[in-house]
Amino acid sequence: MHQATQGHGNYLTEGGFWSWFTTLDHKRIGVMYLFTTLAFFIVGGLFAVLIRLELFRPGNLFSPDLYNQLFTFHGAIMIFMFIIPIIPAALGNFFLPLMIGAKDVAFPRLNLTSYYLFIGGAMLAVAALFSGGVDTGWTFYAPYSLRSQTAVILVTLGVFVMGFSSILTGLNFMVTIHKLRAPGMTFHRMPLFLWAIYATAIIQVLATPVIGITVLLIVMERVLQIGFFDPKLGGDPVLFQHFFWFYSHPAVYIMILPGMGIISEVVTVFSRKHIFGYVAIAYSSLAIAFISFLVWGHHMFVSGQSPLANLLFSVLTMMVAIPTAIKIFNWTATLYKGSIQLQTPMLYALSFLFLFTIGGLTGLFLATLSVDVHLHDTYFVVAHFHYVMMGGTVMGLLAGIHYWWPKMFGRMYPELSGKISCFLIFLGFNVTFLPQFYLGRLGMPRRYADYDASFTTWNMVSTIGSWFIFAGFLWMFAYLIWSLFRGEKAGDNPWGAKTLEWQTSSPPQVYNFEKIPEVKEGPYHYGVMKTE
Amino acid sequence: MNTQAGSHSVPHHFETAQQAFESAKLGMWLFLVTEILLFGVLFCIYIMYRGLYPEMFHEASLHLNRVMGATNTAVLLISSFTMAMAVHRAKHDDRVTAVRMLAITFFCGVIFMTIKYFEYTHKIHEGLLPAGMFSYDHVTHVKMPLFFSLYFMMTGLHGIHVLVGMGLILWVMVRCQRGAFGHAYSTPVELTGIYWHLVDLIWIYLFPLLYLIG
Repeated sequence: MHQATQGHGNYLTEGGFWSWFTTLDHKRIGVMYLFTTLAFFIVGGLFAVLIRLELFRPGNLFSPDLYNQLFTFHGAIMIFMFIIPIIPAALGNFFLPLMIGAKDVAFPRLNLTSYYLFIGGAMLAVAALFSGGVDTGWTFYAPYSLRSQTAVILVTLGVFVMGFSSILTGLNFMVTIHKLRAPGMTFHRMPLFLWAIYATAIIQVLATPVIGITVLLIVMERVLQIGFFDPKLGGDPVLFQHFFWFYSHPAVYIMILPGMGIISEVVTVFSRKHIFGYVAIAYSSLAIAFISFLVWGHHMFVSGQSPLANLLFSVLTMMVAIPTAIKIFNWTATLYKGSIQLQTPMLYALSFLFLFTIGGLTGLFLATLSVDVHLHDTYFVVAHFHYVMMGGTVMGLLAGIHYWWPKMFGRMYPELSGKISCFLIFLGFNVTFLPQFYLGRLGMPRRYADYDASFTTWNMVSTIGSWFIFAGFLWMFAYLIWSLFRGEKAGDNPWGAKTLEWQTSSPPQVYNFEKIPEVKEGPYHYGVMKTE
Repeated sequence: MNTQAGSHSVPHHFETAQQAFESAKLGMWLFLVTEILLFGVLFCIYIMYRGLYPEMFHEASLHLNRVMGATNTAVLLISSFTMAMAVHRAKHDDRVTAVRMLAITFFCGVIFMTIKYFEYTHKIHEGLLPAGMFSYDHVTHVKMPLFFSLYFMMTGLHGIHVLVGMGLILWVMVRCQRGAFGHAYSTPVELTGIYWHLVDLIWIYLFPLLYLIG
């Protein structure tokens, strides 16, 4: 398999087209995840554009029933098929072994299995799209999800299977980090991206089984009428909410932690400076993972929880802000007196800092009990989590994709185009979602196909913003695809970064390194050379 | 990547056989953690409804067959012992005893599932079914159907795990018979063993929680 090409060949060119489908190479599996999840992102994104179009002038485009299906699929696709898998399974898969100086993940075959499980689960969900759709929202709240005449069983089974895929990925990464680090690669010399991936993996392993069995119970409710969540049969629908959010709130940190990890890398590299507070950032990832398990009840402040539980969940939720703020402050301190280079990855990282801070702080509004009663289920919540998920995770993802693009494919993306699309997305994002905070405060409820006439202006503004985002992404996909074939050849280390993945060829060879590197210092020793 | 035969080679991305074994074992333990969480949800539901309707749980549990449950408990405990023996013997290159022990373990699984089959058919016959399909005539408590939902979900999920475990045991038994394992390499036997013990352990909890409510 590896005659003649050692040293010259790379993971992309080895073997024919069909060899991709049975590959055990973590880099190829990562690339397959990347393109699959980006494809789902395009589908989910088109749904979002359609939702905004309908809300530009309600009642002209879709029936309310179709609208319900649109936002259900927008949410379910974006969450389960894009934002949860993309950073860990695509970028994590590709870079985790490279960054610890390993040849592969601990269980390559399990890794491929996990990819096919993901595809299988996604196909189930897509099948639902073509067999009547689903109109429950991505949360599948009982008892409506037990009665809805739509294809709930297919989608929930899809979620179950994709959850399995997520568990296996997390498990694989945890074992890899524990057992496959290169000589000298101590935990405290690991790049912060890996601390984030590790914290994410903990949540994937500990939280996902709960949603797995919960959606399976929804299937059982519909097939066998077990009645756990069905008030008609003596069950309790709020119990479903507990189980659902016991996963789905930590899942928010499955989404955001890897994004934070990317920001730690990018901010350092493009400031040419050692990261400020390495240990604090590393352990704050674990702290966020830990606290994430204790806050699910804040989704149920108005579901009839006891006042004591509400109080506890409110306080615990606010505690998440502490490790999060530690990160933000340390990144900002890293920028201080750095030699900042404003290339596209850094622009996205700065967008992250700006937007995620807004997203995080508005989260505190919602954690405050009295305020939440007013804002619950309004567009304020929609704006808040889009600032966190899109302003945070997606900005982090885009920073990562641009930062690592030359390593993954050996070619540079066009810099000016990158900046233009970053500008369009940043602008469009704020135009779309800032008005939604205001609309939410005025009391516009989420998930309705129609709204009071007094909300018209800001909804129109919001819709116009979505066109800018759309244009930005269209431009990005165009130049990224172009760069795969025509982009300028990238050197092994175009950014002059210190982490291990840059110490091998671009694109990397099949087994990553000529010989396993020996690690003698931390990952961010910028400027140290001069003083020595 | 060859996993066949006694001359088992270490996968290319590991440095040593020890590293490969430790990784596999850590992976299995993490998987078991996910299993516990999977069952954990059902245990949570159990705790909640039992807290709400303790007298109903008592009455409903009288409908379960304690003798069959106890027999199954004994069968699984014995199987755990023979499984441990199989792992031990496989590591000491005692292929014949290892295969024999695996066969006994597998047979215990068969007994367990057979008894379960008779219990299930009896319940179905009497109409002691999950909530919506419940049709038992002499109900003493309106919430009783919920108990049988729990009974079928918990023992059903456990039963699926027993079947998966039996499949794994059969697989390592065949490989053991072919001489795949010895002191240098016995990872699959060991992992199957760990899994089987967990399946056993879950039953140890299910039995008193469902059958022995005083």
